[in-house]
This record gives sequence, C-alpha cells and structure tokens, in this order.
Amino acid sequence: MNELIQFFTTNKEIIFSVTLMIFVGVEVIGKVPAVLHTPLMSGANAIHGVVIVGAIIVMLNSEADNYLALALGTIAVFLGTLNVVGGFVVTDRMLEMFKKKKN
Amino acid sequence: MIHIIYLIASVTFILGLKMLSNPKTARNGNLLAAAGMIAAIIATIAFHVGEVDALIYQLIFGAIAIGTVVGWLTAKKIQMTKMPELVSLFNGMGGACAALIGLVEFHHNLGDATSISVILAGMVIGSVSFSGSMIAWAKLNGTIRKAIRIPKYNIFNTVLLIGLFVYGGWITWSETGSEMHLYVLFAAALSYGILFVLPIGGADMPVVISLLNSFTGLAAAFGGFLYGNQVMLTGGILVGSAGTLLTLVMCKAMNRPLFNVVFGAFGGGNSSSESTDSQGSVREVGPSDLAVQLNYSNKVLIVPGYGLAVAQAQHVIKELEQLLESKGVEVAYAIHPVAGRMPGHMNVLLAESNVQYDKLKEMEDVNPEFAQTDVVLVVGANDVVNPAAKTDPASPIFGMPILEVETAKSVVVNKRSMKPGYAGIENQLFFRDKTQMLFGDAKKVLSELVSELKALD
Repeated sequence: MNELIQFFTTNKEIIFSVTLMIFVGVEVIGKVPAVLHTPLMSGANAIHGVVIVGAIIVMLNSEADNYLALALGTIAVFLGTLNVVGGFVVTDRMLEMFKKKKN
Repeated sequence: MIHIIYLIASVTFILGLKMLSNPKTARNGNLLAAAGMIAAIIATIAFHVGEVDALIYQLIFGAIAIGTVVGWLTAKKIQMTKMPELVSLFNGMGGACAALIGLVEFHHNLGDATSISVILAGMVIGSVSFSGSMIAWAKLNGTIRKAIRIPKYNIFNTVLLIGLFVYGGWITWSETGSEMHLYVLFAAALSYGILFVLPIGGADMPVVISLLNSFTGLAAAFGGFLYGNQVMLTGGILVGSAGTLLTLVMCKAMNRPLFNVVFGAFGGGNSSSESTDSQGSVREVGPSDLAVQLNYSNKVLIVPGYGLAVAQAQHVIKELEQLLESKGVEVAYAIHPVAGRMPGHMNVLLAESNVQYDKLKEMEDVNPEFAQTDVVLVVGANDVVNPAAKTDPASPIFGMPILEVETAKSVVVNKRSMKPGYAGIENQLFFRDKTQMLFGDAKKVLSELVSELKALD
C-alpha cells in the first residue's frame, strides 16, 4: 500500500494528465456521424505518430558508437515519420473528397 | 520553452480530433493536428539539452526525410479503394516504432522496476499492434483471404496473453538484465498480434484496425510515461481513449459486441446454419434486360458494397445515376454503416465521383423507402443485405442490422460470382423469386448497362 501511495506521489502529474486525457478523448469523439468514422480513425492514427518524439529522444540520448541502438533508433524514426506523414496526408485526401461534394 | 510547445501541440491534437468529428471543420482539424505534430518534432530536436554527435543528427534528419518522402508518396498515390489497408499499414509503423524504442531503452533502465515495466508494456503493446496491423493489412489487401484458425485458438490465445503478462512481470521483478529474455518477449508479443487477428473475419477488420489504433496510442503513452514527455503522453492517451470509444461505436453500428468480434469470430458455419444453405435456383439477368427494367422504373435505390470499390466502378455508377435521372427515374444510394471495408468507406468513394451528399442515405432513413422502390441495384455488397441476419439465429451475422432490400418490388444483385461474401456465409437473398443476378465485374457490367440505356432512346 505504501509503495502504491509513493508511486502515486512521485508520478502525480502524469496520473492527473492521463486521467483527464481519457475523459477528453471520450468527450471529443462524442457523437460522430458514421460517415466520418474512417477519416476520424485515420486522423487518430496520425496523432499517435507522436511516438516519433520518443524515437528522436532515443537517438539524441544514444552514444555515437552504439551501433545497434543507432540502427534501431534510425529505423524507429523512419517508421514514426511514415506514421505521421502518411497518416495526415491520407486523412487529408479522404477529407478532400468530402469537401468536393459540397460544390 | 519546450514544455510550452508541447502544451500547444497537445491542444492542437485535442482540437484537431474534435474538429474531425464534424464534416465542416474536419479538414482544418486534420491540418491543425499536423501543424502541432511538426512543432512538437522540431521542438524535441531543437531544445534537446546535452552533447549530441553530428552523426546522430544526420541519421535523424535522414530518416525523417526518407520517411516523409515515402509516406507522402504512398499516401498520395494510393487508390481510394486501398485506403483502409493503408491506415492499417501506417498504424503498424507506429506500433513498430514504439516497440523499437522499448528494445533500445531496456538496458538503459536496468534496475529501475517502474521504468522497466513501462518499457516492456510499451514494447509488447507496440509489437502486438505492429504484427496485428500487418495481418489486418494483408487480409484487406487480399493477401490472406480466409480466416485461419488453429484448433482451440481462443484458449491458446488467452494462455499466450496471460503468458506475456507473467513473463513481462517476471523480467521486471527478477531484474534480469538478459537481452535474451527481452527478445523472447518481443517475439512472443509479435506472435500474439498475428494469432490475435488471424482468426477474425474480414468483415470485422474495421473494428480490429480501430482497436489496434488505440493500442498504438497506448504504446505511445507508455513511451511518454517513460520520458516524462507530456506531448507523447497526451497524444497517446487521447488516441487510446478516443480510439477505444470509436471501436465501441463501430461495434454498435454492426450490432456486434466487441467481445464477439475478438473471441467469437465468424464461425465456419455450424450445423444448423449449413442445413438452411439451400441451393435453390438463381435467376440471371443481362445488361440489356436490366436496362429496360430500369428505364421504366420510378424509383431506383443503389446499394454499394466492397465490390464497387474493388472494380473502381464509382465513376460509372455516377454516370448511371445521371442517365437514369435524365430519364425521370428517382435514384438514391442506400449506405449501410459498414458497407465496404470501413465505416464511411462508400461515402468517401462515391464522393470521389461527385455524387451529391443528399443522395447518400443512411440505413435507418432508407429502410422504410425500399417498399416504394421499383428496383434495388446491389453492387458488390453481400453480407449487409443478407436476410439471415434477421431470420436465422444460427447465422454468424444474426442480429446485425441490414438493408431491407427484400421489401422492394425487385432486387438485382451484381456480383462476380456466387461465392459467399466476406463473412463467408451463403446469402438466401440470391435465391429469392424477386431477385435477379447480374454476374460480372461491376465496372464492366455497369458500363454495358449504361450503353444499353443510352441505346434505348
């Protein structure tokens, strides 16, 4: 029990933001029309590409002679970029189609 | 400074996602989130404290440059019909990224049980998301066609899942620094992802992709926890919770509890449903006869499905629609919530060929209209019009709301063959008296239909 409380105290900021973000996530989706499910999923897909920030941090903290870490880190940055760029561009293309029909 | 930018980026993610759920603001919302992402990435590099070798910068910028070009080109060049696969593919990339971070960070954090457990959790979830997404991609792409099930796969998968937890826990608490255990866990997580998605039928793939999407969000959040990095944490959790809710919303649209999707899978047809698989006679119709039928109809409803997407027939169907309208026939599209391979798939596809927004009718609105419809033209859809979902409790899709096309005066089904649809079950609709089958590739037969119609003047 003490350990649990200690864990909570040391990580309280993180625990607060996690809890609040869960509710924000639920609220934000709210009532979304079925038409937008695919673009929304695709947009959310692009946002979790934020994991690339972690990959960059890995790289920045690596020693220049730790080739295994560098290789894995570089691949991670590459894959993360794919996720971010591809995700946003695909979403934009989907939404572009929605716009066209209004004309 | 970096924290201010991270805060701004987190806010753009929230606003972006919020705007994405409204058709009017969706596009700007996406761009807003993208801008926030770029800011977060630049800030991470620019405000890093400490000495960094030039080689590392070269590698980072190189990887980002190549990734941008590859990602951009793939996303731009892909056909509209392939989009669901692509979302799955990119999702897998994010999962792999999270898994690799875990692999590298493991031995940097030995001795710190909290960090190790966070690293392992992120790595396992990322790996499952990666391999699962690859299988989902292969399934949608048609590389893997059938649901593959090993005997007792539910028990096996559950044991494997528990095994992952126990093994991960053991690595954490035993404080073993052994790389071997790390890689075994990595491999086990990859296998679990594969085995998790393999038995799930293609019709449920949208739900699975959405679920894996929220997994990757979770994996990113674990990374954020590890580095105390707020933007990863907020972005990851946001996607994790929004993705989970979206998954549940999709399940609701299909009237299938998530539990059934994951564990139930579409059965290989149990005995009672097989007995009703009557092989009654099928009436075939050719384009010229159908052209006459349509010509003298007052109202035609088109039910598009995945077959339309595969055949790239969205333009020719628009042509058909215009031609019939010019002849005074009322035409509209009946869109099932899960028509195609993803919710909204058909809307996106038909929007590409400039079909009017108000011509796309959602299931609840259109179902009462079938009774006043002369001809329903089902193009490459199958399970979403299968009456077994209403009548046969033994059917694996029983309970899924369907488009009640049977109430129309006549039904014409365009399919390439009599093969069952993605759920792998027979469709009694094809054997009904009022049903006619129009065999062939949607684009080809619809083009023939259009020219026959033109010739009728």
